[in-house]
Amino acid sequence: MIKKVQITPENDKFLNKINELSGQVVTLCEQCGTCSGGCPLVSEMDITPSQWMRLAQLGLKEVLDFKAVWVCASCFTCTVRCPRKIDVSKVAEALRQIILRKAIDYIDLKAIPKEELACLPQIALVSACRKFTG
Amino acid sequence: MTQTKTDTPKPTPTNTSKIPYYPGCTLKTTAKNFESSAIAAARALGIELMEIPRWNCCGTVFSLADDDLIHHVASVRNFVRVQEMNDYGLVKNENRLVTLCAMCFNTLKSTNLRVKNNAEDLKKINDLMYREEDYQGKVEVLHFLELLKSIGFDKITSRVKKPLKGLKIAPYYGCMILRPQEVGIDDPEDPTIQRDLLVALGADSVDTPYKRVCCGSYQTVKEKDIVAELAYDILSHAQKEGAEALATVCPLCAFNLDNRQKEVKSKHPDYQEMPVFYITQLMAIAFGLGKECYGFDQNYVDPRPLLQSKSLIEKQGS
Repeated sequence: MIKKVQITPENDKFLNKINELSGQVVTLCEQCGTCSGGCPLVSEMDITPSQWMRLAQLGLKEVLDFKAVWVCASCFTCTVRCPRKIDVSKVAEALRQIILRKAIDYIDLKAIPKEELACLPQIALVSACRKFTG
Repeated sequence: MTQTKTDTPKPTPTNTSKIPYYPGCTLKTTAKNFESSAIAAARALGIELMEIPRWNCCGTVFSLADDDLIHHVASVRNFVRVQEMNDYGLVKNENRLVTLCAMCFNTLKSTNLRVKNNAEDLKKINDLMYREEDYQGKVEVLHFLELLKSIGFDKITSRVKKPLKGLKIAPYYGCMILRPQEVGIDDPEDPTIQRDLLVALGADSVDTPYKRVCCGSYQTVKEKDIVAELAYDILSHAQKEGAEALATVCPLCAFNLDNRQKEVKSKHPDYQEMPVFYITQLMAIAFGLGKECYGFDQNYVDPRPLLQSKSLIEKQGS
């Protein structure tokens, strides 16, 4: 499928924001697909890690509409395997942060069933709150 | 006794060496068995894991956003506590900080690397903690497994009273002690440190490619079905390789792989439940330590029938 993309200063601004938050240069990505191939959660994602890298390179804000970065468990498998030494986990964090910093949470703690809350260890709840709430 | 890490000054190990120990939240609640077995096993090796006074939460996950310094303050505050332990003479010239929890380890070590490699970040954090003494950047964060390796697995073998003969254990590493590479304690693709420890204890170590595959981590809060599928892959592959149980060092992996077997079982009715140990529980058994430190009541899948079948614990005890 061919899609025509018009790069505007808005796209550059969004790309720079991602680079700044992640401390990475996402344009270094050569779309080899290693991150997607090794991701243990890719089967649950709506786009693959290489796809969010491509959308980020083009500065396309639609990357924020996908669930994929919220399914990422920050396991750093992509990070240790990237042949371009890009920390893809940090790029996912940048995309999450762009949303969380608008005070839009990904989880609603009140929606967690009481019996789940009773059995979940703190380590799970605190890390989920750190990752999914702003 | 040999010490392999020599980049910071160390006291000469005597009969008992005291080392600052950071527990973290979960070792005081759902993973008490991890702590009790590790403290007892360390003591048997002449190491006193000294709980850091007034320790606070490490933050559980290392903040990955480049501009976010505030979330590193909690970790750095714990490093200041280690300095204070030296100042007050609780430990002597001991800059090592030992953790058991893999997530605490990753968070503390990542933070330490960031502030050690970035003087400006360290200054900002020190300025922010104006009521604390400055962190000097000298603490060395170690995982308990690294400490055991530095003691030497041969010394561990010499302490074994009840070899775990015939017990087939698949070591599971998860993510946080392996990745990212600068934080990891072993080869991120083919780690061996837990295998070496299990062999030192007399157990059969079962290798599986899933030993380093993520269990789903904090996704267990919102997406427990995804975690159950990952757990099924990890556990069933270990079983196919002949494992009778798993060994881990992470309380979150332990929850996802042990407690979530309930969900695994409901999705895959043919699945046979399998115990998940903290590797320190296996050390405590092999060292012949008192059963009060095993804490098997906190394991979701009861490991006692397996241990009894191998005559490693008494039939009616524990």
